[in-house]
Amino acid sequence: MSMDTAKFKNASPMAGTLRMDRMAHIWCPGCGIGSEVNAFAEAVKRSGIDPDKLAVVSGIGCTGRVAGYVDFDSIHTTHGRAIPVATGLKLANPNMKVVVFSGEGDLTGIGGNHFIHAARRNMDIVVICNNNFTYGMTGGQVTPTTPQSAISSTTPYGNHEYPFNLPFLADAAGATYIARWTSMHSRNLIQSIEEALSRKGFSFIEIISPCTTLYLRRNRLGDGVDALQFYQENAVLKHGADTREADIDFQGKIVIGKFVDKPKPDYIAALDNRCVKVVGDDYELYGKTVPEREAEEKAEKERIAARRAAVLAEEEKAKRVVTKVSAKIPVKASAKKAPAKAVKKAVAKAPAKAAAKKATAKAPAKTVKKAAVKAPAKTVTKKAAPAKKAAPKATAKKPAAKKVVAKAPAKKTRK
Amino acid sequence: MKKYKSKTVAADPKGVDSGPHFMDGDHALAEGALAAGCRFFAGYPITPSTETFERFAERAPEVGAMFIQMEDELSAIAANIGAVWGGQKVMTVTCGPGFSLMVENIGLAAMTETPMVICNVQRAGPSTGAPTLTAQQDMMQARYGPHGDNAMIALAPDSPQECFDLAIEAFNLSEYYRVPVIILADETVGHMHEKVVIPPAEQIKIVPRNNYSGPKEDFRPYKFDGQGGHPMTRAGDGYHFHITGLTHNERGYPVVTADQNKIVVTHLMEKINGNADDIVRLEENDIDGADVVVVSYGITSRIAVKAIQDARKEGIKVGSLRMITIWPFCEKRIRELAGKIKCFVVPELNYGQMVNEVERCAGGKCEVISVNHCGGAVHEPQVILDAIRKGNK
Repeated sequence: MSMDTAKFKNASPMAGTLRMDRMAHIWCPGCGIGSEVNAFAEAVKRSGIDPDKLAVVSGIGCTGRVAGYVDFDSIHTTHGRAIPVATGLKLANPNMKVVVFSGEGDLTGIGGNHFIHAARRNMDIVVICNNNFTYGMTGGQVTPTTPQSAISSTTPYGNHEYPFNLPFLADAAGATYIARWTSMHSRNLIQSIEEALSRKGFSFIEIISPCTTLYLRRNRLGDGVDALQFYQENAVLKHGADTREADIDFQGKIVIGKFVDKPKPDYIAALDNRCVKVVGDDYELYGKTVPEREAEEKAEKERIAARRAAVLAEEEKAKRVVTKVSAKIPVKASAKKAPAKAVKKAVAKAPAKAAAKKATAKAPAKTVKKAAVKAPAKTVTKKAAPAKKAAPKATAKKPAAKKVVAKAPAKKTRK
Repeated sequence: MKKYKSKTVAADPKGVDSGPHFMDGDHALAEGALAAGCRFFAGYPITPSTETFERFAERAPEVGAMFIQMEDELSAIAANIGAVWGGQKVMTVTCGPGFSLMVENIGLAAMTETPMVICNVQRAGPSTGAPTLTAQQDMMQARYGPHGDNAMIALAPDSPQECFDLAIEAFNLSEYYRVPVIILADETVGHMHEKVVIPPAEQIKIVPRNNYSGPKEDFRPYKFDGQGGHPMTRAGDGYHFHITGLTHNERGYPVVTADQNKIVVTHLMEKINGNADDIVRLEENDIDGADVVVVSYGITSRIAVKAIQDARKEGIKVGSLRMITIWPFCEKRIRELAGKIKCFVVPELNYGQMVNEVERCAGGKCEVISVNHCGGAVHEPQVILDAIRKGNK
């Protein structure tokens, strides 16, 4: 690594949450995992959690590599065993916040048994599942969630198996927090991960994500940007939705939102309750009584709250500057970017140019409206506190929405 | 017992139930683990090892330990790996069918140099076999179970007292060499009730977990020099460790090249095989001047005692070599003896497993007679005596 590269890497806003000495990562262009990891890193930063008290455990596969890139204590385990390793880590060191970040094949295929049992125990871990309907690392085989009729390397004539509806599976098994987003819903995702990190019990966040190299290509669904466009058009926000109705059909609607959030004593709390009844108040785990551990936890919570307040204050300061800039930038960016792309496409397919331009002109109105509608809807169902955050969020979302718009013509021309 | 290379401390009295007991081998394993400072146990029930599991479950709240019955052996061993990196000493217990499932993550533990103790209270196989009947059929599995090349340590107790003693020994070796250590007990020893004396805590020597405490930028979870005694770390200490089953460098980051694989594999093999003199524990009787040496381990060595006594009455010069350490194999000692004696007699409760190692090391310099058994019961002393007589001719 040259000095310049090192300097560049360390200047990244993600330095401190991602292992910059391990960049660049292995994920393909257009893959959703990168933005998910960004969202995760952002959520951790905002949550106020001490980076020394957070551990990330992954299994095998593309998403299994997440553990190798995050700058926390991290374990890259065997295929399917991320959840039990996380369980062991959590129970051995209850002060740690433990996150499992892995793919749907790893978590619900080979590791399916561990998934349902950790949910049943209400183990205090956050499970983030990148669901791209594909075993990516091995070349694009069918997974337990691949929609029917989708092509994979092992279902070359279209998938005939019935897929898992993961939120329903988690719900039935006893998970106490269940949400689903797509890799496009960065803001919601950040908020959701933050929320999961701040609660106790088994939290499950599913992220629908594009595998550009295998799933999208084999099914002729375009590239990563097309997938984001698809998510934007087909994601249906429905907080508190009945998880039984969260099935995903091939290129069908994707129900997103926070489906379940209920309080229930987690595994260690349940164990403590039982042991105190039998052994008495002097019951100890690793030499500490329940009140001692509770006091420790309370102190840590206060430290987290202080750190979180500091991060949010910093953000607020930065936002005042950002809002000003963002009011200008998107216009410039779309003006510059969109024609450039259109011209590039025009070389290949000249007649498409006009249509492409039309699309750019139309799209902003629609997407902006969507973003505006979406943000408040989400915050309303949440706790009262975040309400004041809603407004800046919508503005902050703008650039992202515009970006998509700028690239939108790609899909139109290809069709 | 041998001196340890590393510093030792006295056991935490909380886990030591000092005094004379009448207990079976399975329970003694659990007591040994608690005395050694094991405070985490994730397991899955399986005959004939379940008693260890139950004993730990009962004792856990008394000593402030964590006990969890997982959904299967795959997750039991995985949870133990997580718990070690969470900072605890861990043990699990199983037998053949469960061990087969654990093998996947025993490989991960070996690759990531995760210390832990796994007891295999052997029963007769193959497959589900005879769950309640004894055997010693998993000797090779303990060494060669996981795919790839990694050396293992395995110990075989012959009594409930030794179950207790070797549990502590296993933890100490495991901590120093940062390797999973397997206790190869058998159903007979596991279910045999005998007197077990648990010494006072201050007399029990414990190799403590060696956690790194230096500056963050110098932190390396590994050192590939073919030796033990290297520090590790635990979650929450701020070193942001990364461990992976992939071939890795000393920082723990994946480096998937032939060169790096050579460095890692050589280290994993040499830290055990190169330190065999430190790890191998043998019990020898009347070896000097012997014509025949009975090589045995576990419950079979106690059956062999009767055959050896009978043979001596007949005037045969017979000695015994009991392997307490199964892996690494006592290669050096077998080679030394092979040139001096007429014959090795190797009784074991399998179709002939360790006998192949004895034969390999004897190198044709003396005869090697296998007294095999298909498992399900122990040998009749008579068949061992017959083999001794045959070897003396």
